[in-house]
Amino acid sequence: MNLAPVLRLEGVSKSFGPVNVLRQVTLDVHPGEVLVLLGENGAGKSTLIKMIAGIHHPDAGRILLNGEPADLSSVHMAESAGIATIHQELNIVGSLSVAENVLLGRLPNRCGVLDRKRMRRAACEAVARIGLDVDVDTPADSLGVAQQQLVEIARALTLDARILILDEPTAALTGSEIDDLFTIMDELRRRGTAMIFISHHLEEVARIGDRVAVLRDGDLIDIVPASTPEDELVRLMVGRAIEDHYPRRREYEGAPDLLLEVNGLCRGARVRGVSLEVRAGEVVGVAGLVGAGRTELLRCIAGADRYDAGTVTLRDGPVGKGNVGQAVMRGIGLVPEDRKNQGLVLGASVVENVGYATLRSTSRAGLVDRKGQRARASEVTKRLSVRMRDIDQPVRDLSGGNQQKCVFGRWALAGSRVLLLDEPTRGVDVGARVEIYEFINEITRAGGGVLMVSSDLPEVLGMSDRVLVMNNGRIVGELAAEEATQDSVMSLAVRDLDVSTL
Amino acid sequence: MTTATPAGRRLAAQTGRFVSANGALVGLVVLCLALFIATPHFFTAENLVNVGVQASTIAVLAFGQTFVIVAAGIDLSVGSVAALASMAAAWMYADAGLPGLLALLAGLLTGLVVGLVSGFATSYGKLPAFIATLAMLSVARGLTLVISDGRPISTPDAISFLGSDIPIAGGVTLPVPILVLIVAGLVCSFVLNRTVIGRSMYAVGGNIESARLAGLPVKRVLVTVFALSGLYAGLAGLVLAGRLSSAQPQAASGYELDAIAAVVIGGASLSGGVGKASGTLVGALILAVIRNGLNILNVSSFWQQVVIGLVIAAAVGIDVLRRKDTRH
Repeated sequence: MNLAPVLRLEGVSKSFGPVNVLRQVTLDVHPGEVLVLLGENGAGKSTLIKMIAGIHHPDAGRILLNGEPADLSSVHMAESAGIATIHQELNIVGSLSVAENVLLGRLPNRCGVLDRKRMRRAACEAVARIGLDVDVDTPADSLGVAQQQLVEIARALTLDARILILDEPTAALTGSEIDDLFTIMDELRRRGTAMIFISHHLEEVARIGDRVAVLRDGDLIDIVPASTPEDELVRLMVGRAIEDHYPRRREYEGAPDLLLEVNGLCRGARVRGVSLEVRAGEVVGVAGLVGAGRTELLRCIAGADRYDAGTVTLRDGPVGKGNVGQAVMRGIGLVPEDRKNQGLVLGASVVENVGYATLRSTSRAGLVDRKGQRARASEVTKRLSVRMRDIDQPVRDLSGGNQQKCVFGRWALAGSRVLLLDEPTRGVDVGARVEIYEFINEITRAGGGVLMVSSDLPEVLGMSDRVLVMNNGRIVGELAAEEATQDSVMSLAVRDLDVSTL
Repeated sequence: MTTATPAGRRLAAQTGRFVSANGALVGLVVLCLALFIATPHFFTAENLVNVGVQASTIAVLAFGQTFVIVAAGIDLSVGSVAALASMAAAWMYADAGLPGLLALLAGLLTGLVVGLVSGFATSYGKLPAFIATLAMLSVARGLTLVISDGRPISTPDAISFLGSDIPIAGGVTLPVPILVLIVAGLVCSFVLNRTVIGRSMYAVGGNIESARLAGLPVKRVLVTVFALSGLYAGLAGLVLAGRLSSAQPQAASGYELDAIAAVVIGGASLSGGVGKASGTLVGALILAVIRNGLNILNVSSFWQQVVIGLVIAAAVGIDVLRRKDTRH
């Protein structure tokens, strides 16, 4: 590389509370190159790009632009320094026109009065530069996701971005839309724009990337050429040794009764004909990439969403569609992926949160069994060693791990036989993790069954008795605990299945 | 001095916590003290009973509103519903010839049914509560005018009783509106604290998605809060009609805003999940005391509106600051 780096990170570290998200990352990005950031969920990719984009600030180390230390203390500072970011969630105001979106925040005006002519001309130029063929006066929400993304890129270009960060831009695109995006990226590369590209799809790495920086658990593992074979990339990405952080024990000695049977479940493009079963005493792991349809599958089974076709059957017969109340009463418990917005009522106390599922079943004549609910909540929080002041403390004040234990505690009180876990230990520290795993052991020892979705591969491998791999809405493989390895699971999860038919 | 300090400090800390947890109550007490100092006419038994009677209509409306606000909704229709319920009851008696007591029950039923309609529109019909009840505000007022042809209808004794005084002992009387206020408040508190549906209201208001995924019947809860609000509005309307011995077509117009103000002054959050019957009572009393005090002090009713607006802004502003403070 004979060009000087446009962006350089030097020994950058970042931690959130006690969690080290990034450790001592040193990285160069050169003009006219596409640097791919590769890593599992939680490896630190988003934190890294958020620091470059001015959203987070490094605890240690520094960021240099063209060899000069840069002040990236806000998104605005980063933008004026020529750094533009296309986030996974698009920042488009749907009701405004394409032109207004392209120039949002910098609308040409005369004494506060919008200069429509100048706005339209500037927007047309920007849109033409990336070959996007839309009328700049149409409202942005009449465009598809792919075109909206291009509007954002056009906007980045009007900022004269020298560094463009693209966070999983292909996740929502179809095959031909991805081709179009890559054509535009090639063009930008020719003009000397430096790009940082995040994707989970390994085959895209070789197609668009020049170099690949692999992150794992906050460490920069290696920087390799994009031509590196996929197998090697997978090894770099997930190749950590599994320590005994996963104390899975199968201690159930009863009959392996069928607890949950799912047949031909379909919901839109995300769940496409899934069949599976969970038996008493087992933990079934569901691995796959983000967006493979795992969360949607769990939500359908739990009754949180309706589904188009298929059946969900428990031991005592089928469960109705989209009826959480019935599913809960019949012994299904969902631990959702987003505990703050879906799992807990943050302003309510521990005793309330733990007791929601048993509020009705333990009531008499519509009156809450207050004494009983308190006693049971005290007992279960003690059993799960939830660390709190008392059971009247709002769950908002608890740490992530202790909050998650409250969600588990709710299903423990409800006596749920089938637990559906979605990313059960996301944002949970190591100690609380092991306590949650022990609770999973306890559930299965008592004859319950667990269906566990996780993007944390070691967790899936460490805690599951069987591993299902989901890819593009389908279950593409089932591996017994003994034969499942990170490589075998990942190769099934990232294999490209007819993406173009989506 | 030095020996008294730890105890004194503890007392100060306890007082501080009490004041911060019961800001509205402290405000009410301060307000009463100020009026007590300002005028000898405020702190007389007669005037205090008067305040209670004046507070009763708004307080009953506000208790009903508390259910809705705890569940993160809002009911703008309660004033109109109060008028419609009282008018329906008076009409049932005067024109349809129903016995007085049955007419009273028909009035309550009217409030309940109207509330159910709003509840179904918001939960199953997915209309925003603000819009559904804004529509109901207009519909209920219109129906009131249609039934009455714009004229007052006198009420039967059963309803007039709700506005009368009952003798207790030794010539002392208790106004029925105050009795109604107490019972309505106790029922509200009981439902919110002790019943499954009441606790579910807090969960739904706190986070509707978490409540749904925990298996709570979210839609049924939403229907119930509006039904209760309608029922309470009907009761408030009957009390108001009872005090006047007639159902007025323009009765309780604009009262919904006072009811919402009372709930919010009482510490409830419009974003849901927080609120207590006792707080609502204090909020309603604050409004009544301000009106009463300003009347005694001969402040014009035009200025009263300005003062009440400022009190609402101050009460909620202080509450917001206090909450920010406790969240580190």
